[in-house]
Amino acid sequence: MHCRPSVSGHRFLGFGSFLPMLMLVALFGLTIPGCPSGGSNANEIVIGHFGSMSGSEATFGQSTDNGIKLAIEELNAAGGINGKKVRLITYDDKGDAREAGTAVTRLVTSDKVTAVLGEVASGLSLAGAPICQENGVPMISPSSTNPKVTKIGDMIFRVCFIDPFQGSVCAKFARSEELNASKAAILTDQASPYSVGLQEEFEKAFVELGGTITTKQTYQGGDQDFSAQLTGIRGSEPDVIFIPGYYTDVGNIALQARKLGIQTPMLGGDGWDSSKLGEVAGKALDGCFYSNHYSHEDPNPRVQDYIKKYSAKYKGTPDGLAALGYDAARILFEAMKRSKSLSGADIAAELAKTKDFDGVTGKISIDKDRNAVKPAVMLEMKNGKPAFVSTIQPDK
Amino acid sequence: MADFAQTLMTALAIGSLYALIALGYTMVYGILKFINFAHSDIVVLGAWVSYTLANKILPMLGLNPHNPETPPPLWVGALILLSAMVACGLLGFVIERLAYKPLRRAPRLNVLITAIGVSLLLQNVGQLNYVFGASPQKMPALLPNIDLLRISLPSGDGYRDVVIGLVDVMIFATSAVLMLVLEYLVFRTKLGTAMRAVSFSTDNASLMGIPVDRVVSFTFVLGSSLAAAAGFLYVMKYPGLNQPAHSIWVLLGLKAFVAAVIGGIGNVRGAVLGGFVIAFVEQFGAFYISSNYRDVYVFALLIIILLVRPTGLLGSPVREKV
Amino acid sequence: MTVPDTAPKITSPQSAQPSDSAGKRTSVWSGLWPLAVGIALAAVMHFALPKLIGQYYSRIVMDIGIAMIMAVSLNIVNGMTGQFSIGHAGFMTLGGYTAAMLTYYGSLSIWGTSLKHGGFLGVGEWMFAASCLVGGLVAAGAGYVVGLPSLRLRGDYLAIVTLGFGEILRVVLQQTGKVIDDAEALRAATWSQFFPPPVGGAVGFDGVPKYTDLFWVYTFVTITVVVAYRLKHSSLGRAMISIREDEIASQAMGVNIARNKVLAFVLAAFFAGTAGGLFAHEAGVIVSPKDAGFQRSFDYVIMTVLGGRGSITGVMLAATILTALPEALRDFEQYRLIMYALLLIIMMLVRPQGLFGIHEIWQLWPGRGTRTDQKKA
Repeated sequence: MHCRPSVSGHRFLGFGSFLPMLMLVALFGLTIPGCPSGGSNANEIVIGHFGSMSGSEATFGQSTDNGIKLAIEELNAAGGINGKKVRLITYDDKGDAREAGTAVTRLVTSDKVTAVLGEVASGLSLAGAPICQENGVPMISPSSTNPKVTKIGDMIFRVCFIDPFQGSVCAKFARSEELNASKAAILTDQASPYSVGLQEEFEKAFVELGGTITTKQTYQGGDQDFSAQLTGIRGSEPDVIFIPGYYTDVGNIALQARKLGIQTPMLGGDGWDSSKLGEVAGKALDGCFYSNHYSHEDPNPRVQDYIKKYSAKYKGTPDGLAALGYDAARILFEAMKRSKSLSGADIAAELAKTKDFDGVTGKISIDKDRNAVKPAVMLEMKNGKPAFVSTIQPDK
Repeated sequence: MADFAQTLMTALAIGSLYALIALGYTMVYGILKFINFAHSDIVVLGAWVSYTLANKILPMLGLNPHNPETPPPLWVGALILLSAMVACGLLGFVIERLAYKPLRRAPRLNVLITAIGVSLLLQNVGQLNYVFGASPQKMPALLPNIDLLRISLPSGDGYRDVVIGLVDVMIFATSAVLMLVLEYLVFRTKLGTAMRAVSFSTDNASLMGIPVDRVVSFTFVLGSSLAAAAGFLYVMKYPGLNQPAHSIWVLLGLKAFVAAVIGGIGNVRGAVLGGFVIAFVEQFGAFYISSNYRDVYVFALLIIILLVRPTGLLGSPVREKV
Repeated sequence: MTVPDTAPKITSPQSAQPSDSAGKRTSVWSGLWPLAVGIALAAVMHFALPKLIGQYYSRIVMDIGIAMIMAVSLNIVNGMTGQFSIGHAGFMTLGGYTAAMLTYYGSLSIWGTSLKHGGFLGVGEWMFAASCLVGGLVAAGAGYVVGLPSLRLRGDYLAIVTLGFGEILRVVLQQTGKVIDDAEALRAATWSQFFPPPVGGAVGFDGVPKYTDLFWVYTFVTITVVVAYRLKHSSLGRAMISIREDEIASQAMGVNIARNKVLAFVLAAFFAGTAGGLFAHEAGVIVSPKDAGFQRSFDYVIMTVLGGRGSITGVMLAATILTALPEALRDFEQYRLIMYALLLIIMMLVRPQGLFGIHEIWQLWPGRGTRTDQKKA
């Protein structure tokens, strides 16, 4: 194919326009192959974390990352794993499944990490887990609650509850003497798999226990106005409102509900756990309950020590996700210490043997499905602060 | 009855917010003919600047910003509103000069992409931990939390309250004042005439001696300060403030843009009308049909209206120039 | 409709140059050899690349391929016909869900497992390729429906309708049912379980067999590029370009505007649908309702604008750069997207006409006799 001279007077190969193009290509060429961050040497162990460090869910990824970093700092200060220091590589996935898959591929195949921690969101864990499984690298999800995540294979673990457990905990509590509710309204974040999963399990358990659901309303995570949904809930006259959402939304929901004159107690899951919740909602949430992994008031030195260290390092009270990230990392380190080699299979075998691990988020054992078995606690909001109500043991 | 009235009240308050944001879109579109995707980020910035200022000013007055029971005097709110408007107006000016002005003669798609770039930039800078951070924050209460009106209306088998808070009235009133000021500015002043002339035809306007660049800058400043006002009012109503890079802000901006399109883009009154129309559709749809499809109602309405009236409710039909 | 100053007139170099005289004689072969070469290259890449550059970089190359299909197809609407669609990810997601449903439930009912069946070019792979095509067809159907308003709407109005399509699809997909886990459950499933379709709701469609590899991605890239290139140089493509340049003039010349506009939409949506099929079957990807939203659509619009209006190679290069750039910047953690945004703005400011303008890469080669050269000489 050949070209005639342009007749349109269009300049397309002036130096001025070619230069930036050249610069772009150069930048591109320079950055792609040059990624020396990976590879472990003899004296260190590299582990990877993939999480949403930017985007809508950034606060979840960053909290988890903070928790993991705190655990690593402690470990390295105490001499590391059999003399080897641990180094963390964190990759951002923007809360996007494709990016999560790419980030995990890079961690596992280029950086050759020994183990992977992540993700918060179940959808993204489901994207990353098959890659870890295929390459024989153990992966621990700190807080993906969807039952499917650990079904991917024997390399995939988690340290949080799964939806059915927490759903039934909440339903039992709603039916117990404490709340004695027979009619429940549900307000779900329909864009969040966590919220939808918990809602389904709660509904199932609550109906089984003889309760009825008056209305099911939904919102999209991040919505700020819930008036239409709350007006609908008000009209259905429930005894309890179940809100399986994240603290980022629950504060606004509570404020608006009280404004509409809804005095019904609200009930939620571990997504509520953050000091921000009380800050935003203030007294609007008083008399509401949520299930969680631990109570900030727990006198257990493990918990108090962790809260003290976290607040000193990051200036703020840790939320539930940070605690789960911290525990996920520590369970991994314990398994690595016990493991006879640092191969994926050995570590995974030791991870599976985890029993009564004294974590911040409770005594954690890993069951045969590689899920965490641990008690839940119910907390009540009093004066904008969560107070311990009761501990609920998992079914044996 | 009570539920209907309550939904109506909500729709009015939200509608005025949509309208304020839609005005910014419609003015920029009217003059530069491109969707300013960074506009919603100015709203966010207005909200976050208000938050930052409130947390600085309240302690100076000896008040605890975290205690909603002790609201500051009203002038503090007004001061914060004005400062946020000035700050965002300035930013709007800078953005226009640096990012959009060099592209005045480029295809409009390029300006659009640049706008997306500016939007991404603002979001991700805002999300940095030493700027605003990635976690949601609580906006200090600037208004006393009182209900102006709480009446019981029959509903179903009982009575339920209809609540109108001071905040809702303030939102409605402030937006109404701002819209009237804008209406005056656009239709009664020389500057407004210049804006309309540039919007009609940039080339002819500059031939007539209108300083086009200055008018464009002014439009951006005006649109951005209205966005800041919307951001301020937004956090007054919803004190749980989402982080700057949350995708919900872009969706808010898109809905406001939809409002502008439904009303007839480029038309100032149309934007206000559109804002209320989509708020009504959204709220009543969510209440009476299903909250699952709240966003669907808005976009479906948009498609229907555009098919019936391709230039929006108040838009004038475009004549094709050959 | 006014044409911006920088927009070239219709007599751009290659449009002043219809098909080669040599090409005319062997028109069948001239249409087929690029396909054959492309597919052969895809096969070579498939076997060689993972060994040469490792899994991670191969994966990026694969993502680049999918982005290329998306960008090149969107370029038919945005670049060639001069329409403005920002809902392209919606078509991709629709195609992806359709294809995933076919292979997933197909595999379950035929082989009793949702795992990959057969090796390279085995039965499973052909089923996968076929379902990508069906995904493309379904997306094309949606493209027809969304393209219809383009007859009444122009410019940004159309843009906002396409965007609305993506957002509506996102919300509707969130309402879908749970994925049916295994063959037994599928056999026991009642009809009501298929309405709404069991494709995972908010979590996304997990468990889809992972068929996508370099061979299939670049085979589809080849098909897309060849079709786009042939289209650009056919009378149909010329008609589309004339719509972009001046709608009224082109109507006066007897171009059927309505038909061409809708056809552009349908074609673009078809390829986006196949890209969606590839996307949904990629390892480490869960196709989810979020994918239909505006954010992903923006990515592809950016690629077409950066590449240049109607320049196929330019858009391919832009797809490469914009897919690889976030990866290259990954080490910058939270500054990554800031740098991405800055680079985007700078690129728009220094190359407002896109990387190659309306030209293809070989037309930029020095010594090809451009006017600039003549001026300098």
